[in-house]
Amino acid sequence: MSAVGELASIVSSRKKGGPKEKHPDNKQAVVFMLPWLLGFLGITLIPMIASFVLAFTDYSLLAPPEFVGLDNIKEMIGDTRLHNSLLVTFIYVFVGTPLQLIAALLLAVALNQGIKGLAFYRSVFYLPSLLGGSVAIAILWRQMFGANGLINQVGGMLGFENLPGWVSNPDTALGTIILLHVWTFGSPMIIFLAGLRQIPEMYYEAASVDGASKLAQFFRITIPLLTPIIFFNVVLQVINAFQSFTQAFVVSGGTGGPSDSTMFYTLYLYIKGFTQFDMGYASAMAWLLLIIVAIFTAINFFVSKFWVFYDD
Amino acid sequence: MTDLQSRPAAGPSGPAAEAPARVVPKPRPRRLGRRILRHAIMIVASIAMIYPLLWMVVSSLRPNEEIFRNPSLFPLSFDLSNYARGWESLAQPFSHYLMNSTLLVLGCVIGNLVACSLTAYAFARLKFWGRNIAFAIMLMTLMLPIHVVIVPQYIMFSQTGWVNTMLPLILPKFLATDAFFIFLMVQFIRGIPRELDEAARIDGCGHFRIFFKIILPLMLPALATTTIFTFMWMWNDFFGSLIYLTTPDNFTVPLALKSFLDTQGSSDWGAMFAMSVVSLIPLFLVFLFGQRFLVKGFATTGIK
Repeated sequence: MSAVGELASIVSSRKKGGPKEKHPDNKQAVVFMLPWLLGFLGITLIPMIASFVLAFTDYSLLAPPEFVGLDNIKEMIGDTRLHNSLLVTFIYVFVGTPLQLIAALLLAVALNQGIKGLAFYRSVFYLPSLLGGSVAIAILWRQMFGANGLINQVGGMLGFENLPGWVSNPDTALGTIILLHVWTFGSPMIIFLAGLRQIPEMYYEAASVDGASKLAQFFRITIPLLTPIIFFNVVLQVINAFQSFTQAFVVSGGTGGPSDSTMFYTLYLYIKGFTQFDMGYASAMAWLLLIIVAIFTAINFFVSKFWVFYDD
Repeated sequence: MTDLQSRPAAGPSGPAAEAPARVVPKPRPRRLGRRILRHAIMIVASIAMIYPLLWMVVSSLRPNEEIFRNPSLFPLSFDLSNYARGWESLAQPFSHYLMNSTLLVLGCVIGNLVACSLTAYAFARLKFWGRNIAFAIMLMTLMLPIHVVIVPQYIMFSQTGWVNTMLPLILPKFLATDAFFIFLMVQFIRGIPRELDEAARIDGCGHFRIFFKIILPLMLPALATTTIFTFMWMWNDFFGSLIYLTTPDNFTVPLALKSFLDTQGSSDWGAMFAMSVVSLIPLFLVFLFGQRFLVKGFATTGIK
């Protein structure tokens, strides 16, 4: 079961309440669980609480934090750069993730037809998703979509003259980063492929006997049986996409430019917190991010009741 | 390594787990034309996917001005001057940053292997108070954005004087903060037959002996997957390194590349490409030799 499925089942089984469990291993468990417990408290929970408190302060590391009430939140409501960064991030998440997942699903289905050389194609499609998070690839992207970059050189050969510099144009810069995201469809593709393998062949055989077309089989068998895995991918890719940072940082040279067109939310948070050292404001921003991610994850879980189909 | 992989009982199970042994080919008769067409589409798609990478490698071996003139892979040239220039163009030779990254990766790998395997054993095999709640919390931290803890963590580590060292990046790994690997290992341990533990228990083994003598040797594939993923993530780590490593002497490879970009602007793309290729070589080697583990890990837990 996937991490997402497991979490859902723990939550639902707690409501039912089962037989009382015995705990014979309490003592040993303390030792085994000690690193995690310390980490959860010291690295996750306490910083989380501290971050919540800091959200109501003005703090720059130099002087002790000063309580300012809701000032940070008021400032966020009026901060147009922040609104813009939310818009940029939403566009990235809600254009990039569907495109990436559709590409992943289509390629996975195409590769699952018993094609010869599956392992080769799978590797080729998978490689970019392993390298895509690196600074090196972001550097490559910056060259490729520059005014005299690879893309425009190829465009020139095809007869397009005076093409713009894609990364230096506010209208297209975000598009190049979305494209980089779509290019890394290999990892969800692998998950889809694994899921496709689990669909029993007999369903297709039965459908063929009944005269169902390939297309009908795809929509009536493949997609419904794959919905748990589609759901899993959507949840995790949306969460990941909200936190994208490296590519926007490197492609824009750390500025989010041109004209804030690649100012991702996390990039703005970084600039506020770690270049301007406005740590109270950065904490408030971090909590807004957490709330946004939590809302979209909750929506995903809620909506999943209506479209995710569990075979068993 | 491959014979360990094929041990079916010990593999992760569930709908999202890959089952290489159960590949079901679909041997339907097809017309030759359609098969050729399908391969043609796949080959075109493959070339489109991989072309930028190939072009970067080829361009890194070309004189600088060619990079903005020649979009094709040919003619191949083998001019290593970009590499020589790039290697020496920062404050330290590039090997210094490679060494820093190696140290960071090594620390994180050891931390993850030790801490996550202990935690995973407890979740998979021990019955203790609060286990289900702790497990649910652990799964939730998997989805927690790092940003919500990074500011107080930074403040904490700046008070202990650890900013500009690798400790803030390595220490959390020793405290099992990478829930992804705990989950991966829990899945794996659940696949190991309990009869093995019980036989050992009857022979008088405690949980520590069972963990070290039975479970740990059997979960080598999961440990390999953890090693490979930790390696790839920390080799690429940017956000954390950018925040904590402030002076060039402590830079890791991604930070070195970033400062290369800052200082050279767009003037020396040849050298920048060359060092980018150098930085990707370890990842590519892992991809070549560790792909099975990566694919398995992905399919089980499904996070980038």
